Amino acid sequence: MSQPVLSRDALHTVHVTLDGQARRAQARPRLLLSDFLRHELGATGTHVGCEHGVCGACTVRIDGVAQRACLTLAVQVDGRCVDTVQASQGSNRTLDALRAAFKRHHALQCGFCTAGILMSSADWLQRQQAIGHRPNEAEVRDMLSGHLCRCTGYTPIVHAVLEVAHA
Amino acid sequence: MKPAAFDYVRADSAQAAAELLQQHGENARILAGGQSLMAVLNMRLAQPGLLIDISRSVELASITVMPGTVRVGAAVTQAQLQAHADVPPLLALAFPWISHFPIRNRGTVCGSIAHADPSAELPLCLVALRGTVHLRSARGRRDVPAPDFFTGLLSTARRADELIEAVSFPRPQPDEAFGFAEHARRHGDFALCAVAMVASSRGLRVAVGGLSDRPNAIDLPALTGPALDDVINELAWSLDVRDDPHTSATTRRHLLRQLARKATPPARRSA
Repeated sequence: MSQPVLSRDALHTVHVTLDGQARRAQARPRLLLSDFLRHELGATGTHVGCEHGVCGACTVRIDGVAQRACLTLAVQVDGRCVDTVQASQGSNRTLDALRAAFKRHHALQCGFCTAGILMSSADWLQRQQAIGHRPNEAEVRDMLSGHLCRCTGYTPIVHAVLEVAHA
Repeated sequence: MKPAAFDYVRADSAQAAAELLQQHGENARILAGGQSLMAVLNMRLAQPGLLIDISRSVELASITVMPGTVRVGAAVTQAQLQAHADVPPLLALAFPWISHFPIRNRGTVCGSIAHADPSAELPLCLVALRGTVHLRSARGRRDVPAPDFFTGLLSTARRADELIEAVSFPRPQPDEAFGFAEHARRHGDFALCAVAMVASSRGLRVAVGGLSDRPNAIDLPALTGPALDDVINELAWSLDVRDDPHTSATTRRHLLRQLARKATPPARRSA
């Protein structure tokens, strides 16, 4: 079975649960999720860097799984849950702990990359917790290798993620 | 860095996707994880008229463990196979080298094989293990052995009306040992050179990625030490390795000679 073809010229309604809130807006098939979030839903917490999957700034969680919003089409997330760095305090304990740890360790300066790093780190840490694994520094650095930060030199980010991992 | 306009359709089954491909041919592209295709679209290196999204197909999302093989459906992500209890041991060694965690979360195993980047790890492992690519079209099904599937730079034996329905990796035999080594400029970048090895009582199979336009494999007797080094050196010179703006052919051949030592499974390294 295939679904109806969505025409390139028409606007299609996309329903998402964005950070726990039911939202909807219109999108043509070519619209990237990153632009849909920022321009159609006004959720500018998710940042756009390289737009080809390298820098990691646009990473969001789709149905809980950290993924690049710039390599995802808005029409692909119709009916799904999208969680971003704008998730409210108290909605995700790991994310809350990461935010506090980032603040304590000065793990951000300009903050551009932080939106994506927090989403990847939260997904990854929750999976480590689920299998009862306490990640070491090398593993944290490996996870962070999917993100570019030009301010911090990464070390404070590594310390912040490790602190939450071992809390 | 925004894709050109295209129509979009979601296909829930291999049959539905195959029928759409029959109708639209080369104007259509299969979208699975999109971790190669979406970047290509964003850079407008490809401008298909129709994207056929199979990422939500339940039928294509299964990993089937059979007595001799592990069959991986077209919508299975790299992260799902990496976390699976029956992940083939060579792939378990290679997965940490494949890009990064959020990319593996969405990128599919079959998508990487369909993309056929000569530096990519999954095509290399499929060739090293003599896996099989299962193709599906509205006309029927056919299976292509991995070494015949890759025909050149980003080129495969897949016809315009076919999709990769699944790929099969042979399960390990008791006498087999595996090795994998890679060098890239940054961890997770495309390999400048990658080597996969399968050692067994029959000998040593060596597969090389990143050096020429496709992964290459050779079967050797059970060589070790300097004798193995010599054969690897001959292999390095036999491949059509080119200079590119980032890396010279000399460097890539050197990397092969060094990485082959690292990739040789421990039991074969001495003796």
